Amino acid sequence: MNQVKTIKVNAIKNGTVIDHIAAGKILKVIDILNLTGDNSVMVGMNLASNKIGKKDIIKIENRELSKQEVNSIAIIAPSATLIIIKDFEVVNKSQLEIPEYIEEHIICPNPKCITNSENISSKYYINNSKTASARCLYCEKKYLVEDLKIKI
Amino acid sequence: MNNLISMRDLSKEDIMRLMDIAAKIEKGEIVPNMQRKLAALLFFEPSTRTMFSFDTAMKRMNGDTIIMSGTQNTSAKKGETFADTLQTIAQYSDIIIMRSPIEGAARYAAEVVDIPVVNAGDGANQHPTQALLDMYSIIKTQGKLDNLKIGLAGDLRFGRTVHSLAQAMAVFGAQFKFISPSFLQMPEYIKDDLTEQNIKFEELKEMEGNIDDLDILYVTRIQKERFADPEDYEKVKGSYVLNKAMLENAKENFKVLHPLPRVDEIHTDVDDTEYAYYFPQAKNGVYTRQAIISILLGEV
Ligand SMILES: [Zn+2]
Repeated sequence: MNQVKTIKVNAIKNGTVIDHIAAGKILKVIDILNLTGDNSVMVGMNLASNKIGKKDIIKIENRELSKQEVNSIAIIAPSATLIIIKDFEVVNKSQLEIPEYIEEHIICPNPKCITNSENISSKYYINNSKTASARCLYCEKKYLVEDLKIKI
Repeated sequence: MNNLISMRDLSKEDIMRLMDIAAKIEKGEIVPNMQRKLAALLFFEPSTRTMFSFDTAMKRMNGDTIIMSGTQNTSAKKGETFADTLQTIAQYSDIIIMRSPIEGAARYAAEVVDIPVVNAGDGANQHPTQALLDMYSIIKTQGKLDNLKIGLAGDLRFGRTVHSLAQAMAVFGAQFKFISPSFLQMPEYIKDDLTEQNIKFEELKEMEGNIDDLDILYVTRIQKERFADPEDYEKVKGSYVLNKAMLENAKENFKVLHPLPRVDEIHTDVDDTEYAYYFPQAKNGVYTRQAIISILLGEV
């Protein structure tokens, strides 16, 4: 079993693997990554996972993620693990963390918020200590992180 | 302090400094001079009283104002962006004072322009100058802001004034009585904030019998239009009208505040009592706004 897993993860030479994405969230992750076709991409959906039940996974050849992209993915898939591969070896493996502050990719759920009437990105301060609640910098409304919409 | 956007940005020290400067302006100990200073009053949502109060504050300091008022931003009709409108106005003036139905508009304006911005109300979000003038009225009548017992009555759901005031007074350890019909109760997010700060509050259904232990009763209007059925309004309306008879056992220091305009939620027989403070409160608004403008323009 372990061997199978290893092969899956190491199937790309250089690049990024995002594992333990909650099943069903992979399409949003793909949207955020804006995969244009230059990189080889492998996607697994609804795979069994000891950690989270059912998971999605994505492997992208020759691609490193920006901090911004990692933050956005953390919002929609906080359970995910980020794995960096170099020469078929796992060189870094980290659990995603919901950031304290996010600026891109979020649509404020408040229709009266300035971010929905002007072409500006909403900014959120996230207080994930207990409640995983986030406050819009502009309209000051509080939302649960899981209720935030991602702008694609 | 570079802008005044939200009560959430102000520390206790900021508030106390502002109260102190407002008091000195009122007593004539500080006479800020705004000669050659121009305030742009941008009211994208009409509010005659707030606008007059700022206009008066500026003119009492020998300053001047330019006014853009109306439900529709005239430039927006021509396709100009909000940011461009603000940039242009900022070329003419020294400070922007803005009211908008859009929440976060003042925060955004402060990012766009490099002159000070004062939020004169942004949708259901914040109205910090109102909260500050309320606090100035409280400190003037009570001699302090700390540990007071405050009743907030009327429409507590949609009234941003009561939201800002509750948040601001919580910092000073207030205890609250929230008096409203059940569907116009204080929103959960405000109550959560209070609970997090260990602030005590009760939710009550009528004014009568709940006044005697209060230092301040802050009354707001319940709009008939909030009720789906006009009959429901008629049924509850009496519970939220303050009259003189209810004040028989009020504390000596007790005061009634109201952001005005009043309709019928405070009976005129309260006006002659020593407890009525809503008209002086409006006057306090001018001193408070003078203090805010003076601080932001570096004149004090
Ligand atoms: Zn917002």
